[in-house]
Amino acid sequence: MASTACFVIVSKNDIPIYEAEVGSAPKKEDLAHQHQFILHAALDVVQDLAWTTNAMFLRSVDRFSDLVVSVYVTAVHTRFMLLHDSRSDDGIKSFFQEVHELYIKIFLNPLYLPGSRITSSHFDTKVRALARKYL
Amino acid sequence: MIGVGKAKQYANVLDKPLSRGRQEVSLSAFAFLFSELVQYNQTQVDNIAELERRLEDAGYAVGARVLELLCHREKGNRRETRLLGILSFIHSTVWKVLFGKVADSLEKGTEHEDEYMISEKELLVNRFISVPKDMGAFNCGAFVAGIVKGVLDNAGFPAVVTAHFVPIEGQQRPRTTILIKFAEEVKQVCFV
Repeated sequence: MASTACFVIVSKNDIPIYEAEVGSAPKKEDLAHQHQFILHAALDVVQDLAWTTNAMFLRSVDRFSDLVVSVYVTAVHTRFMLLHDSRSDDGIKSFFQEVHELYIKIFLNPLYLPGSRITSSHFDTKVRALARKYL
Repeated sequence: MIGVGKAKQYANVLDKPLSRGRQEVSLSAFAFLFSELVQYNQTQVDNIAELERRLEDAGYAVGARVLELLCHREKGNRRETRLLGILSFIHSTVWKVLFGKVADSLEKGTEHEDEYMISEKELLVNRFISVPKDMGAFNCGAFVAGIVKGVLDNAGFPAVVTAHFVPIEGQQRPRTTILIKFAEEVKQVCFV
């Protein structure tokens, strides 16, 4: 069964630092733009919601037709946003937690400028593998 | 032979587990490294303010990473959303991990609503440093002020953080105070 899933990491200053289409549906150019637009629009909601709770996983924060936006906010206010079509909450939470560990390892690099794009291909490979595993 | 008996080598840092690792670092090694950091920056700048700013920037990078790592390790992935929460996080958790003890005290400023002070009898980074008279009020604690600033800024509480010497009666070496002055946005939300 084909599933759409668009994963974006947005830094504290609202700049996307990583994006990947991780669903199993075939890639379509205009759909990718629409996904980015939906995720960008959800940022406002996330900003307000992030200050109401001290949990990191913020479940689904926004909907668009049949797509749901789930968000995970880290300590430095980096947001992991996933646009998907109603998958299991637990799988998504585990996915976010594993990606969080990878992100921390990237972030700890003293030569990595916080807020800059994540260019590591190894990171990309691992995120896609995690997506296949949990989503 | 080099490398014999070492732990398993990983091809990429992303594969290595995020373990706690060895908790202790040699104090003399750190003091040596820090003194080289200060000396290197001294050659690059013309005045004291610039030197303090550079040390602060170095600390800022550390603060951001410390915040992310400690929230994951020590606090089980819970963020801080309250002002007092983040201040006590810095005062206890951050200080414990970086310097091996909690900070001596955390006080609220009496004159201004938005000022807080973390005091320490002797900052670890200043232990082996003596400042010559002609450098006036220069304080290498600017590095620690940068760490605090990094933690606060990245947690969403922007502030101006500085380190000051406070002479104490009956003590030869002055106490160090890290002064935290929160920015406008924080004032409007937290100190209504």
